[in-house]
Amino acid sequence: MSFALHLINGLQMGSIYALVALGYTMVYGIIKLLNFAHGDIIMVGGYIALFSLTLGRMPALLAALVTVAGCTLLAVIIEKLAYTPLRFAPRLSLLITAIGISILLQNLAQFFFTANDRGFPGHLLFPTGSVSIGGLSIAYTSIITVALSIASMAALHLLVKSTKLGKAMRAVSEDQGAAQLMGINVNHIITFTFAVGAALAGVGALLYSVRFPLIAPTIGAMLGLKAFVAAVFGGIGSIPGTMVGGYAIGLLEALVTAAGLSGWVDGVVFLLLIIVLMVRPTGLMGRPIMEKV
Amino acid sequence: MLKVTNMNVYYGNIYAVKDVSFHVDEGEVVTLIGANGAGKSTILKTISGLLRSKTGSISFAGEEIGNVASHAIVKRGMAQVPEGRRVFLQMSVQENLEMGHYTQQGATMTERMEGVYERFPRLLERRKQVAGTLSGGEQQMLAMGRALMSRPRLLMLDEPSMGLAPLLVEQIFEIIGELNRAGTTILLVEQNANMALKVANRGYVLETGRIITTDSASALLEDDTVRKAYLGG
Ligand SMILES: Nc1ncnc2c1ncn2[C@@H]1O[C@H](COP(=O)(O)OP(=O)(O)OP(=O)(O)O)[C@@H](O)[C@H]1O
Ligand SMILES: [Mg+2]
Repeated sequence: MSFALHLINGLQMGSIYALVALGYTMVYGIIKLLNFAHGDIIMVGGYIALFSLTLGRMPALLAALVTVAGCTLLAVIIEKLAYTPLRFAPRLSLLITAIGISILLQNLAQFFFTANDRGFPGHLLFPTGSVSIGGLSIAYTSIITVALSIASMAALHLLVKSTKLGKAMRAVSEDQGAAQLMGINVNHIITFTFAVGAALAGVGALLYSVRFPLIAPTIGAMLGLKAFVAAVFGGIGSIPGTMVGGYAIGLLEALVTAAGLSGWVDGVVFLLLIIVLMVRPTGLMGRPIMEKV
Repeated sequence: MLKVTNMNVYYGNIYAVKDVSFHVDEGEVVTLIGANGAGKSTILKTISGLLRSKTGSISFAGEEIGNVASHAIVKRGMAQVPEGRRVFLQMSVQENLEMGHYTQQGATMTERMEGVYERFPRLLERRKQVAGTLSGGEQQMLAMGRALMSRPRLLMLDEPSMGLAPLLVEQIFEIIGELNRAGTTILLVEQNANMALKVANRGYVLETGRIITTDSASALLEDDTVRKAYLGG
């Protein structure tokens, strides 16, 4: 495989990591929770997409919308049932709850759908085939993945920068008490943040299922961890940092693979996590954490 | 306008506000004075609904708000400029003002923002600037402007003069007077008792969570114990 193709692969994976990592960063930014159930929402999204396309025989666009809506709804339900009651509990209780939810989702999936891999009909979602650019053949799925991811991130950017809700999200993530004094309903904003993060995860689920077309109850775990590394690397809590982090991890993996060390990909990513935590725990673009009551 | 009855507030085991009752009538400036840790900020936070009183009642404009969510209290016409300003440091001046307008309906935002810029021309020059890069005095103006964006009937200010140069303190108190003459009722918490009592109609003196004295501002300015404890003799 030529180096250029490795790079394209890296961009495709980076697009997926970035989308997933944004969910971590947004939730962390607003309630300082490392939501380790985030990856498993993507797994559920994979099943929703799979069944919508096969059992439901839905057209691609409808299946995509159902997947995004399903992930969003699931995240909101989890937030209401599991996290809201812990709003004033110690952070550690929240973190442990998130890990519990992650295990629960994986086991529920195994219970209902068995532990076996199920093939994902990516061709029903995205056009197959490729274009040839300068002697390089690039799959449509790669192009669509990168484009869809960038479009989603642009939409997120607009939301956060220019809408009333987005500004309220920033206000709440900066200072909840002051936000309440502005008349912002903090609970609503937190739920909305979960919903937006999960919608991005829904898009991520589609892109990931097409890239690795085998759906199983555990697919969210590794993806979630790597996206978490991406978020930490870029600066968890910082949206631009997280986008950069996602692409950095995707490209890093591609470079390691291009060097003929594909067996080392996961190891290198987690080594990076360790190095970041030692050298610059706030990540590339993160800010030091300050607490206010 | 505001009537607090038997407020008792705890932080875990710490008993911070002890059986406090007071009131603010429409059109008044009332000040709460007291040393560090007396419980002034705790009282304001409880009125705004950020903390809850164990007992008693808080009525605002004739309605009980002791159990109303803090965001809904803002909507009823109360605003607070919290201690330490608490402007959104990573947001621009203009965005901070927009947040102050969050509960308001309709197209009043531009007009009110212009009103704030007129009162604080310094903010207009810096409207695109991130609030974190403003000076302390400018941040205080922003915090006040932000609170004014909701056209509150009751404005609560928690130590607005803290950390400001004397000239700026004068200016802040002038503005408080102007706002009051324009019809805003004001509850003012201050360590700078001298300035506070000059602008206020009445005052309450707080000591370790209890109200120990109340009188008209002019009487408190003459009161011997108050002079000794809070006015430097
Ligand atoms: N979050 C908190 N947790 C525990 N105790 C607190 C907390 N906030 C305030 N206290 C305590 O409650 C008491 C009243 O504090 P408060 O901040 O209301 O005082 P204050 O009159 O505003 O003081 P200052 O003039 O220094 O601002 C103090 O003894 C303080 O230590
Ligand atoms: Mg205080």
